[in-house]
Amino acid sequence: MASSVISSSPFVCKSPAKKDLGVSSFRKASQISIHGCQRKSISRKIVSVMAPQRSSSTSGSVKTGMTMTEKILAKAAEKSQVVPGDNIWVNVDVLMTHDVCGPGAFGIFKREFGDNAKVVLNLAINILSLLAFSLFVIVTSTLKVWDSEKIVVIPDHYIFTSDKRANRNVDIMREHCREQNIKYFYDITDLGDFRANPDYKGVCHVALAQEGHCRPGEVLLGTDSHTCTAGAFGQFATGIGNTDAGFVLGTGKILLKVPPTMRFILDGEMPSYLQAKDLILQIIGEISVAGATYKTMEFSGTTIESLTMEERMTLCNMVVEAGGKNGVIPPDATTFNYVENRTSVPFQPVYSDANARYNHIFVADYRFDVSKLEPVVAKPHSPDNRALARECKDVKIDRVYIGSCTGGKTEDFMAAAKLFHAAGKQVKVPTFLVPATQKVWMDVYALPVPGAGGKTCAQIFEEAGCDTPTSPSCGACLGGPADTYARLNEPQVCVSTTNRNFPGRMGHKEGQIYLASPYTAAASALTGHVTDPREFLQ
Amino acid sequence: MASSLPTLPRALPSSSSKPSSPLVPFRSSSLKFTTPTPFIPSSISISSRGASFVIPRATPASHGSGSTETLAKTTFHGLCFVLKDNIDTDQIIPADKATIFPSNQQERDEIASYALSGLPDSHTTRFVVPGEIKSKYSIIIAGENFGCGSSREHAPVCLGAAGAKAVVAQTYARIFFRNSVATGEVFPLESEVRVCDECTTGDTVTIELRDSGGLLTNHTTGKQYKLKAIGDAGPVIDAGGIFAYARKVGMIPSPSVA
Repeated sequence: MASSVISSSPFVCKSPAKKDLGVSSFRKASQISIHGCQRKSISRKIVSVMAPQRSSSTSGSVKTGMTMTEKILAKAAEKSQVVPGDNIWVNVDVLMTHDVCGPGAFGIFKREFGDNAKVVLNLAINILSLLAFSLFVIVTSTLKVWDSEKIVVIPDHYIFTSDKRANRNVDIMREHCREQNIKYFYDITDLGDFRANPDYKGVCHVALAQEGHCRPGEVLLGTDSHTCTAGAFGQFATGIGNTDAGFVLGTGKILLKVPPTMRFILDGEMPSYLQAKDLILQIIGEISVAGATYKTMEFSGTTIESLTMEERMTLCNMVVEAGGKNGVIPPDATTFNYVENRTSVPFQPVYSDANARYNHIFVADYRFDVSKLEPVVAKPHSPDNRALARECKDVKIDRVYIGSCTGGKTEDFMAAAKLFHAAGKQVKVPTFLVPATQKVWMDVYALPVPGAGGKTCAQIFEEAGCDTPTSPSCGACLGGPADTYARLNEPQVCVSTTNRNFPGRMGHKEGQIYLASPYTAAASALTGHVTDPREFLQ
Repeated sequence: MASSLPTLPRALPSSSSKPSSPLVPFRSSSLKFTTPTPFIPSSISISSRGASFVIPRATPASHGSGSTETLAKTTFHGLCFVLKDNIDTDQIIPADKATIFPSNQQERDEIASYALSGLPDSHTTRFVVPGEIKSKYSIIIAGENFGCGSSREHAPVCLGAAGAKAVVAQTYARIFFRNSVATGEVFPLESEVRVCDECTTGDTVTIELRDSGGLLTNHTTGKQYKLKAIGDAGPVIDAGGIFAYARKVGMIPSPSVA
């Protein structure tokens, strides 16, 4: 909230005009990599990357254009116009929380909006019992969240564990949801068999989409940094802490500073061996882990239009790894088709005023010719430590992990299965499969993989020697309690479809995590080294 | 293989329009709420009691202190602990510790003992000595993008619980900054130059805050550094956190005395 927009520019030489990153050959990319090495030692000069500052419109002045994010926030704040930098109170459409942060958020809500009343009333009861009793009933029974149908509680982080405190958190959420009559609580009681829990979903960001809670034009907040995933649906979605969430629980509002928008235009036909994970790793490697701090990352272009919703989710998922406040993709027929199949809640799509006349509303422009890109990984220990997968082929690995909100969706498993099937070989290292949600797990076992003669993902995985797909949850993406399935408990090298690889992320501090696409992960499993998927896909 | 059918419908339009005003019927600031309830982090009490957001000199924060110091007179003094760039939340507090819920002093002490325990072993000096709860360092100095990663408030909470009063970073990741302001656990300040390259863990430093910015003095090296003004977060910090600020500007009802 405090940093000004101009204060952190990763590139000393950046120009305010459109920046063409055709990346037609990888000599250019290696130049960028060298530049990347240099930039870390250059002290950050303040460079104006902004177009002429737009000021808040005064009475009678002409309306300036707005980006998608600005329009969504303006509407949610009941204003006709906002500009980056405005601090506004915004109405929230959906608040999501999970097992780790839910107890804290609800606790703060009760503390700030209700407990005081209860305690005062207890005193009153001693004084005027009859009057106080009726007041007590009225007051305590009217402590309510702002809207019990706009809160979605999704246990997903530390579920399949014997850790008592983790289990306690789910029980605590059950109590809160019962007390507040929360409509959408995807509960789990039988930890021994996830399938015995009809309401349990799994990873919150995937569940939100699958259950129809993501809709264009809306404001969605969640007590998790990867809430930005939902921006794929053309909405404003960002992660918040427990205190902010407690505030939203009581009021349905939040104080937000309008972020400026960086535009990423991706054009060109997506090569068959490339996935959205490669695109976002490419971008983060370009702008660094702080390149989008306090900003919106807006993705558009012909490539984006060709992506499925799940691929768009992968793209927006890692916006936070670039420091971004939110990611956003203009909604289109793909979006409407997905959303309308899952919810009947009406929505209103919103678009940036983006033609040449309004280019100034974006603070940065990046263009990529996707047809020229190659599979990439993020080497230990940073999501911006980008390298070509083929240049890492000498890196011996100990295991592969396919899962998480980033890389554990149905299409991610389909892709891995497709590569395994094309290769017809067995994996050389333990390969852990963690479907994000119950629905993904079912798809893995039920859906035929295109071009595989009717075989399902599960069959292909079994033939390739992978571990059996496990109970859906966040799993080992963030380490978790000691008994978490596939946790990195030793200093091993892991290729993972997850989102962060800082030291200790998956458990052991000396663990080495290479972030990669499902294709790259599958290819690496087959060779026991970091491997470009073209080894098996072309 | 088929699981039982979900009992919850997918997202439906709201079945009724409910009044959305939260209930804060009356609340007297003189009442002391000493009965702990299981789910509430005690860290919140500092910013939510209407006390202005002030971190006194390196002493444990007290409940409802009602201090009237303003931003301009705030100082911090103590030993500093120096970190470099991109210290993410999992290094500040390993993710498996997120099940600790600092709602009571015991769990607060527990999470404090793990503060910055996620740092690689190349950091030979520990922020909190194993077996202890408090750190001897009350000021953290860091490079760029401090607190990147997760939105979990456990990150600023564990630092504050361990005794850190302020962080001076070159830049912050936005969620961590926001959570620091919201919880009031550590005061997040920004330096204008790379202070982390010029200070060493164990140096004695003083921070003086003024409305226009601040001043960091390293007594061990004798150097002084300007700190940036707090910016838009200032009014929220001044008011005592997001709830106090919201009451101040009338966004949520102010408590009326019974």
